[in-house]
Amino acid sequence: MTQNSTSKLLNGDALHRTKQDKKAGGNGFVKNRCLFQQKRYRRPAEKNHHASCTLLYKKPFVESFEETPLLVAVLTYMGYGILTIFGYLRDFLRDWKFEKCHLAREREEQKDFVPLYQDFENFYTRNLYMRIRDNWNRPICSVPGAKMDLVERVTPDYNWTFEHTGNVLKDVINMGSYNYLGFAENTGTCADAASECTVKYGVGVSSTRQEIGNLDKHEELEKLVAGFLGVESSMAFGMGFATNSMNIPALTGKGCLILSDELNHASLVLGARLSGSTIRVFKHNNMQSLEKLLRDAIVHGQPRTHRPWKKILILVEGIYSMEGSIVRLPEVIALKKKYEAYLYLDEAHSIGALGPRGRGVVDYFGLDPSDVDIMMGTFTKSFGAAGGYIGGKKELIDYLRLHSHSAIHATSMSPPITQQIITSMKCIMGEDGTTLGQERLCQLSENTTYFRRRLHEMGFIIYGNNDSPVVPLMLYMPAKIGAFGREMLKRNIGTVVVGFPATPIIESRARFCVSAAHTREMLDKALNAISEVGDLLQLKYSRKNRHGSEGTDCFSFLESHQD
Amino acid sequence: FELLFHSRDSVKMAAGQQWVLVEMVQAFYEAPAYHLILEGILILWIIRLLFSKTYKLQERSDLTEKEKEELIEEWQPEPLVPLVSKDHPSLNYDVVTGPPSHRIIVNGKECINFASFNFLGLLDSERVKLKALSSLKKYGVGTCGPRGFYGTFDVHLELEERLAKFMRTEEAIIYSYGFATIASAIPAYSKRGDIVFVDEAACFSIQKGLQASRSFVKYFKHNDMEDLERLLKEQEIEDQKNPRKARVIRRFIVVEGLYINTADICPLPELVKLKYKYKVRIFLEESMSFGVLGEHGRGVTEHFGVNIDDIDLISANMENALASIGGFCCGRSFVIDHQRLSGQGYCFSASLPPMLASAAIEALNIMEEDPGIFRVLQDKCKHMHKALQGTPGLKTVGEPLTPALHLQLENSTGSRTNDLKLLRAIVDYSLDRQIALTLARYLDKEERFLPPPSIRVVVTVEQTQEEMEKAAQCIREAAVKILK
Repeated sequence: MTQNSTSKLLNGDALHRTKQDKKAGGNGFVKNRCLFQQKRYRRPAEKNHHASCTLLYKKPFVESFEETPLLVAVLTYMGYGILTIFGYLRDFLRDWKFEKCHLAREREEQKDFVPLYQDFENFYTRNLYMRIRDNWNRPICSVPGAKMDLVERVTPDYNWTFEHTGNVLKDVINMGSYNYLGFAENTGTCADAASECTVKYGVGVSSTRQEIGNLDKHEELEKLVAGFLGVESSMAFGMGFATNSMNIPALTGKGCLILSDELNHASLVLGARLSGSTIRVFKHNNMQSLEKLLRDAIVHGQPRTHRPWKKILILVEGIYSMEGSIVRLPEVIALKKKYEAYLYLDEAHSIGALGPRGRGVVDYFGLDPSDVDIMMGTFTKSFGAAGGYIGGKKELIDYLRLHSHSAIHATSMSPPITQQIITSMKCIMGEDGTTLGQERLCQLSENTTYFRRRLHEMGFIIYGNNDSPVVPLMLYMPAKIGAFGREMLKRNIGTVVVGFPATPIIESRARFCVSAAHTREMLDKALNAISEVGDLLQLKYSRKNRHGSEGTDCFSFLESHQD
Repeated sequence: FELLFHSRDSVKMAAGQQWVLVEMVQAFYEAPAYHLILEGILILWIIRLLFSKTYKLQERSDLTEKEKEELIEEWQPEPLVPLVSKDHPSLNYDVVTGPPSHRIIVNGKECINFASFNFLGLLDSERVKLKALSSLKKYGVGTCGPRGFYGTFDVHLELEERLAKFMRTEEAIIYSYGFATIASAIPAYSKRGDIVFVDEAACFSIQKGLQASRSFVKYFKHNDMEDLERLLKEQEIEDQKNPRKARVIRRFIVVEGLYINTADICPLPELVKLKYKYKVRIFLEESMSFGVLGEHGRGVTEHFGVNIDDIDLISANMENALASIGGFCCGRSFVIDHQRLSGQGYCFSASLPPMLASAAIEALNIMEEDPGIFRVLQDKCKHMHKALQGTPGLKTVGEPLTPALHLQLENSTGSRTNDLKLLRAIVDYSLDRQIALTLARYLDKEERFLPPPSIRVVVTVEQTQEEMEKAAQCIREAAVKILK
């Protein structure tokens, strides 16, 4: 039942019927005081999400996380088991000097120090990661655009060391970079503007914003970002990761509660930890879980003392980069309003990549930006630059100007980088007098739909929202991680493969990032290669009805929703 | 009566217990009336206890839905941020129009820059700009990915190699943000339960790194080796009590080469001695000393002639002397390589834009080609230090060799706000006379040990003798005028 439920676009009629259905059952939020019904939690394996509060959504919100087939799960665990046994065996051989150990060693003089890191910590690195290390850190020597040039590497010792052959793998189709709008370019208006800026300003700043590193360019950028987001004011920072980790501590502290999605990015987790607030984690994109935490927090107050919390901050991301899911923002905002919590929205991947006007997830759902207290995002992805921003009410930004760790202790953003953001953002906004930005947005959304639809039709298990340009394709087994990456590179396509610890241990995956710069031919070439490799590695796990009629799908959706 | 009847039944069933039961019945008849009444009451009591409501040691107060709703209704959070008054002195930043180079336009006034950490003047270097431009032509601006996922460019590898070679270490690793470098490096090694000995004056990014590591932090007095040794000894005694635990607790000393907050140099040779005596690793933050101290600008290790392999990890940013963006760590591969999978700021952040890496490479080229530049800088630092001595009402904090001095009030007014106002008046006075200075800024509430308010005076190789004289003269005038 879960397999058939959500993959197809639901038409309005189906949604309407679902709603009535719920009311008839007496289980809707009319009777219940909770906004979202407190149904039993679904098992993680059965992560099918439904539009539980359809009134809030203007268009279908379809997200699918197909259950891992049991056989695949068993085989995956077996795979890890075998790798672990072999790992121990080889460690044993290395210990007894039967096998040469390539690991860097502690200095002789410091042999009697406490070990810098536990040897065991590195078991995974040494015995599992090292085998397939060639799939990561592939050096590139061109623009990270739709096509890129890779430096050819060979390894004489099974990935312990790499040598560059001096050859270049030309025109590899890039399905890995976060180049959503295709602004990673070395020609065109953005590059020209950045060059001009380099000539005028140089590349560095050598001071902080509060001291003497507050350039006119930075102020220009901040005004533009505020206009782009539709907020009162904004502030820009030199690094996206640090925007989170250095500003959350300025906002909350002891006696505050942070509710964080379980799949939040490391920078959000670090920021939350540095703030000294209490952190509680809710299930990924699960509004029932979030609401329960909110209610409990307010009802019970702080642990032991039962003092009421000073404030509650909800941390969510726009698009989750490993799942391809989109935050259920309308529901989060409804909850936040009901329980008077504050909302911190990290739009690292969604800004520029979602919404008819490219203004991120708020635009995508057609919501009011003032409902989100802290709008955070990065310039690394859609704008082809680096850094991050925070937007919000003027009071918030004024406070950050005084208390942000970044404004006081970190060097400000490099001028050419700033210029790149200004030019690309103006292009998206149409302020450059062209429709090029709008065309890119349309192209991205078209490419996303096409790419996702084709992969789905081929029978792969694809995670995430239908509108998300981040497309994870499930590989599951550890050996397939390496095989997929290599086979794809053989076919001149660069993909990102991810395994544990970035994902749960049995949910290894490949991830594609669709870009507006991809042409239909490139996508077709990539899709054909994926299909070929998929057949070769037997990756077409999906048991969903691939070409099933809409009617049956809606029906099964209703059924699954009743239980 | 019923009881009798029953006992007869059971007599039949259990012949073995016959006599016992008969005796019991007999005793029952013989018992006095008050005894029977008492027992009857006891039985009734037991029955009551059995059927009465369960009694709990601790009364549970399950809130009703209504009560919960009321609580939720009542709860009022604090505002997200406290209101900031519009005229807060640091709310309106000084605006720099155009490049922050030797000649800088601050708030519309053209000045000579005595505030940016552009020690070697590489920010204005045409060579660096050209290299950055050619890199921009080849790679574009952004990297659109972290190092792992197609964010490693050939220039990154080249820069790492060059930095390692320059510092004469085995390996180097680059970060895309100076602040994040040491703040990521410390928690990559030091975990919960480990012990870090830190100088009180350590900069903010070290403090954040320590906080992220969740290790046990012990502060020693600034540059006080006796105090450090006292702490190390204390730990040694502690270790002897529990040698088993001691074998797994990692220990680190974290110091800065040239302290940004106090402008003095750490006593590195003594630290190295302590390192081997007590088996503690040394992490050295060299953001202010890299490209400044030593004959070839290799920093404080070269300054003292300490073998660089004796330092476990050196970190520095590329934002001061190198006048680019980002930071790096260097040391032995055994140490550095570990960060490639566990340095958070390295793994989870987009990599450094290639044009900035290229700019740093060219800056390194310039440093290698012309080591005389460091001599010039050091001489200028000494000169400035001397020129600022005897400024009335202000004391010069820092060693003669330091390129970023602090001017503190000799007599504080007693309130930090007023002190800052006075110092700001001096800065404004100088700005009007073409000398760009800045106040050293701190996060008053978050700093572990808040340094006294001060004006930063930065020396760069581009400043001429006359300009430095002029700046010193200007500060003196301002001090006389404002501090009276």
